[in-house]
Amino acid sequence: MSKNFNMVLAGFGGQGILFAGKVIAYAGLMDGQEVSWLPSYGPEMRGGTANCSVCLSDEPIGSPQVLNPDVLIAMNLPSYEKFIKAVVPGGKVFIDSSLISGKVEREDVEAFYVPATTLAEENDLKGLANIILLGKVFKEVGFSSEEALHKAIEKCVPARKAHLKDANLKAIQMGMSL
Amino acid sequence: MKGNEALAEAAIQAGCRHFFGYPITPQTEVAAYMAKRMPKIGGTYLQAESEVAAINMVLGAASAGVRALTSSSSPGISLKTEGISYIAGSDLPCVIINVQRGGPGLGGIQPSQADYWQATRAPGHGDLHVLVFAPSTVQEMVDLVMDAFDMADLYRMPAMILADGALGQMMEPVEIKERPKRDLPEKTWAANGHENKRPHNIVNSLYLTPGDLEALVKERFERYDRIKSKEQRSESYMADDAEFIVVAYGASSRVCKSAVKAARAEGIKVGLIRPITLWPFPTDAIQEAAKTTKHFLTVEMSMGQMVDDVRLAVNGAAPVSFFGHTGGIIPSPAEVLGEIKKLAGGAK
Repeated sequence: MSKNFNMVLAGFGGQGILFAGKVIAYAGLMDGQEVSWLPSYGPEMRGGTANCSVCLSDEPIGSPQVLNPDVLIAMNLPSYEKFIKAVVPGGKVFIDSSLISGKVEREDVEAFYVPATTLAEENDLKGLANIILLGKVFKEVGFSSEEALHKAIEKCVPARKAHLKDANLKAIQMGMSL
Repeated sequence: MKGNEALAEAAIQAGCRHFFGYPITPQTEVAAYMAKRMPKIGGTYLQAESEVAAINMVLGAASAGVRALTSSSSPGISLKTEGISYIAGSDLPCVIINVQRGGPGLGGIQPSQADYWQATRAPGHGDLHVLVFAPSTVQEMVDLVMDAFDMADLYRMPAMILADGALGQMMEPVEIKERPKRDLPEKTWAANGHENKRPHNIVNSLYLTPGDLEALVKERFERYDRIKSKEQRSESYMADDAEFIVVAYGASSRVCKSAVKAARAEGIKVGLIRPITLWPFPTDAIQEAAKTTKHFLTVEMSMGQMVDDVRLAVNGAAPVSFFGHTGGIIPSPAEVLGEIKKLAGGAK
């Protein structure tokens, strides 16, 4: 299995896009991969769009900026529209279908529609739509071992939010079951 | 760890307990990290009223012989240049971090390498240089900050870390290793209280007698010559049998590494020389490569600044081209690959 991934995660600021990217990077790190995480930063992060590039590789990573992702996770329409054309042929696209109603028109990419925000609200996992999507990405892409993913969640959930660890793990499971 | 945090932690590991700063995107995490850590380890974190004040606090702390740090991004560094010149003129060691953003003026907040001229040519008024280090990974942010403090102490001069917004903001794994302590001269010049046990020390950069000033500057330039002959650093990547050489530092060197790898896969004999010290510039490595290189390509996130130093080093032995983006745009590997192919022409 190829374990080289160039991912873009994009959505509104506040949806946990940067956090989800961080979890993926840490999961790769726990598996001994080379990893990098590069956020968009600046005034656009407050209420506007946020995105990050995550690279996992067997070799030292060149450019940390992902221009042509093989995995795209889109959590709002502007982000989806911005990045869909850039996905490499054969790439995988994960869409929060509670927030993005359209279908992917490209036929050379594989699309997965996850109503993550609705699922999060219905299952007492408010604010964890990002992690539900992450679970689905993990199932379809297998960017790390499951153990590494769990360790990454442990590592990334800050101490003051320790009570949310279980909810995060539950959200991962939910995403994986879809 | 985030690049900016790595810079800060490395400084603490290097024994720096005095940080003076002023927030500016994209380096604010350096200050934020220091604000959190310094009080816990008995250090000083001080948010100054301006960049000018912060660099003068560094001057004061360095005069007393302690390791002092300030950090900023491009517009803030411009404000610090007066102080940097005073520090150089007083022969004091310190470290200055520049996490570059787009310019001129307030410019933008996205990554840039447009302060190369400022760092290597005129980091302040007068005849002076500062040591300039250019990290290209978060790990190197750590290693070079530690080297910068040592080298600043060794040569009694300011050292600058010239990073950029991408390196500051990105996260990569880092290892903070115990390092062998370097043998450094005792700071007998420090104005740190003499308790009547020795004559007092004066830290000063004002010399009204031209002869005195010239002698001092000449002494400093002899030191600069020693540094140029001893401290040049660069990394060569796939350069041994290369017909074409790409020269790039910092974030753009990562893009170039990807492009060089892709070009090699297509059979083009291309390599990369990545300057790690920008002052002293790794002239020797480039001069050596110029003997066998058909064409050089310099890639920067600027309109072309380091390319001047590459041309000086190549000294007409081969043509030197430039490719870059400015204003906060990172060149893409595909663009650089396109430029390499242009050089290589049909020759495979």
